[in-house]
Amino acid sequence: MNFKKITYSVLSLILVGTIIVFAADHIDAPAVTDTKADITDFYAFQGSSSSNLVFVANTQGLLAPSATGDAEFSENTMIQFNIDNDNDNIEDLVIQVIFADGKAYAYGPVAPTTTGLSGGIEFDATNNVSVDITEYGESAKTGTSGSMKLFAGPRDDPFFMDFAQYQAIVGGNASSFNDPGSDTFAGSNVMSVVVEVPKSLLGDVDGINTWVQARNRTN
Amino acid sequence: MKFSKLFSLLLVAGMIMTGCKDDDDSSTPIDSNAQFTTADQMGRPAVNTVFISSSSKNNFNTTVPSNQSAAFRTEMETNLAGLSPAYANEADANALGQNRDAFVDLLATDVLNVSLTGTTTFFDGTNVLTGRNLSDDVISTELLLIFGGEDGTENPGLSDDNVDSNDKQFLSTFPYLAAPF
Repeated sequence: MNFKKITYSVLSLILVGTIIVFAADHIDAPAVTDTKADITDFYAFQGSSSSNLVFVANTQGLLAPSATGDAEFSENTMIQFNIDNDNDNIEDLVIQVIFADGKAYAYGPVAPTTTGLSGGIEFDATNNVSVDITEYGESAKTGTSGSMKLFAGPRDDPFFMDFAQYQAIVGGNASSFNDPGSDTFAGSNVMSVVVEVPKSLLGDVDGINTWVQARNRTN
Repeated sequence: MKFSKLFSLLLVAGMIMTGCKDDDDSSTPIDSNAQFTTADQMGRPAVNTVFISSSSKNNFNTTVPSNQSAAFRTEMETNLAGLSPAYANEADANALGQNRDAFVDLLATDVLNVSLTGTTTFFDGTNVLTGRNLSDDVISTELLLIFGGEDGTENPGLSDDNVDSNDKQFLSTFPYLAAPF
């Protein structure tokens, strides 16, 4: 198939006036774009100790350095890491992170009172950890509780991609990626939540399925 | 004061104090009755942005993973077939040996699979979908699976964006992400 056919078929999928970004979750949907609930990325990986797992949720992408000092977490938005450990894609455990008065609080891993899209905060969770939100320019503050760790604050956006070239391809102005490519996200920041937990708190299983939600306060 | 009167007084005082504590939310950082509802959601990188049609994107963010396949699988398969010539035919497969059907089956429930017993990576040449770490080149992995065909060579100009690492080095210890610019 020649390239013009490819680009036209791609363009036919894209409504005129909408930018589709092939970029993690950056700029994914109209309702969340530019809000504090806009998730840019989600990571889950073994910690520096292989006994632990790390969850990362990034929000508010493409923060220029000049805008980062003013960026903040909202007290009306919370981050929920969902963990399914019996392979039915329904959360068996959650880790919820809220923000209040310059601090971040993580509750969990804990079995949630309800599953799905909405709910409250599991304030009674035995596993919990809090930390002062790291301000722009400060060295990273870590909150600890037992083997759990928590960080909340601005970080360099860890995502990398030649998004500009992808747009050129999709727009019919280029036929391929360049070599080397150019990282469109270089030099930009995100607001990041990083929580590290012992794997033993996630269930006596070999693997989990996990996903993250950004939730807005409704009452 | 007679003991019984003192006891009653203390009992009532205790009840009042308990009652006050229930109404006092200063023991939780925000109101203990706060309720929240999902606005954005993510499992694997780029799924909503690439495979879901514009008009469905908000919907996808507010559909729980266990319901996603039923709601979006067909749309995702259509979008994949339209996007990549490497999946033009039903029998076409990617480098993991997945045809369109199998690939969409995997993607249509948007969760990250994570191993608790070993290396965690999206793809490192050996391990596949055992997590997602900061240095994983998830975009090139996905481009390869979308455009590369069975042996990865079908659309060479589209299968790798040739940006394979972050602009700042990650930290070897918590919080792992690099300091902001």
